[in-house]
Amino acid sequence: MIAILTGLGRWVLGKLARLGRANLFLLSLLGALTFLFKRPSLLIRQLYAVGVLSLPIILVSGLFVGMVLGLQGYANLVDFGATASLGTVVALSLIRELGPVLTALLYAGRAGSALTAEIGLMKATEQLASMQMMAVDPFPRVLAPRFLAGCLAVPILTGIFTAVGILGGYFVAVMQLGVDGGAFWAQMQAKVLLFEDIVNGVIIKSFVFGVLANWIALFEGYEALPTSEGVSLATTRTVVITSLAILGWDFLLTALMFGVW
Amino acid sequence: MRQKNLELMVGVFVALGLAAFLLLALKVSDLTRIGENDGYRIMAHFENIGGLKVRAPVTLGGVRIGRVISIDLDSQSYEAVVTMSIDPRYDRLPTDSSASILTSGLLGEQYVGLEPGGMDSYLSNGSVLKLTQSALVLEKLIGRVLTNTASGDTPPK
Repeated sequence: MIAILTGLGRWVLGKLARLGRANLFLLSLLGALTFLFKRPSLLIRQLYAVGVLSLPIILVSGLFVGMVLGLQGYANLVDFGATASLGTVVALSLIRELGPVLTALLYAGRAGSALTAEIGLMKATEQLASMQMMAVDPFPRVLAPRFLAGCLAVPILTGIFTAVGILGGYFVAVMQLGVDGGAFWAQMQAKVLLFEDIVNGVIIKSFVFGVLANWIALFEGYEALPTSEGVSLATTRTVVITSLAILGWDFLLTALMFGVW
Repeated sequence: MRQKNLELMVGVFVALGLAAFLLLALKVSDLTRIGENDGYRIMAHFENIGGLKVRAPVTLGGVRIGRVISIDLDSQSYEAVVTMSIDPRYDRLPTDSSASILTSGLLGEQYVGLEPGGMDSYLSNGSVLKLTQSALVLEKLIGRVLTNTASGDTPPK
């Protein structure tokens, strides 16, 4: 009995300590960001790695998600003779939920796992330790550029995902299924609000998701056990924890932004 | 050279992102209509507004000429006060125009339809429409039909 309680206590304390380390890690990251004003080239390289290289998966998934929304929306709305609101359905679901959430999930799988593996291996091969030996702080040089690049890339990718998705929905609805193109755009414009929907959904939500995804990915890499097994474990955890965090925060943000007050 | 290529790709990436946001703002959202609140405001009192919502369109002859900007309750007369902003291009609406709350289609949203009157003076900022027709509330309509049937006042076949 006492052993069970001790185990529970150890587990809780361990989690709490880990959470504390994660917060201190985030503080050091934010503190190191100013260095990037002196060396913006570090940021460019990371933007390429997490942003440009994530483009293909974002473009293709956005297109298909939009096309599926168009098909499914049409199949349901046609019974009510309300196919003209298909544009609203596609645009609102992409802008408010699917765009930010799916982009963040794809980002976690595509770029977050890579970040964890990279940092974890740097730690396992003692590159971070040797930088410290030479009195070079790895936070501004290695971690901060990756963090900031990721936080910038996720909103941009979300914007691209959403725009491509709406175009995909337009393609299926208007060109394939014969919904009136004018009604498609007009109904959309009548219902989608710039500040309430686009700024809240595409920009603020995705920025929060970007901070979460990159923070978790970098922290898991930094905390990984310096073995090949430790790195693989950390990579898996990044994807799992990021996905859960994004879905949980999405509920919270949706309740705050679009909930009934 | 390598650094330059990287910069080019990142530039393309950021430009794509900006283009996406521009598309969302201009083509998808209501940005092009944000200036609409600049119009002049007219008010109308309704007994019952049904399901009318703020931002619902105001039309005349089926053409959208404005938007509902606020809905309040007059605590004296217990009537709903609907304030509408009308596009300044349409500044020659007669003062005896009437407003009614209509529904687009069977399941569509409700909007305010204006019917022009015949006076020579025109509506301006702060005018109040005298002639209004409330929204049709389905329950009341059914209730009326039922009372008519019960009192043996059946319409001729």
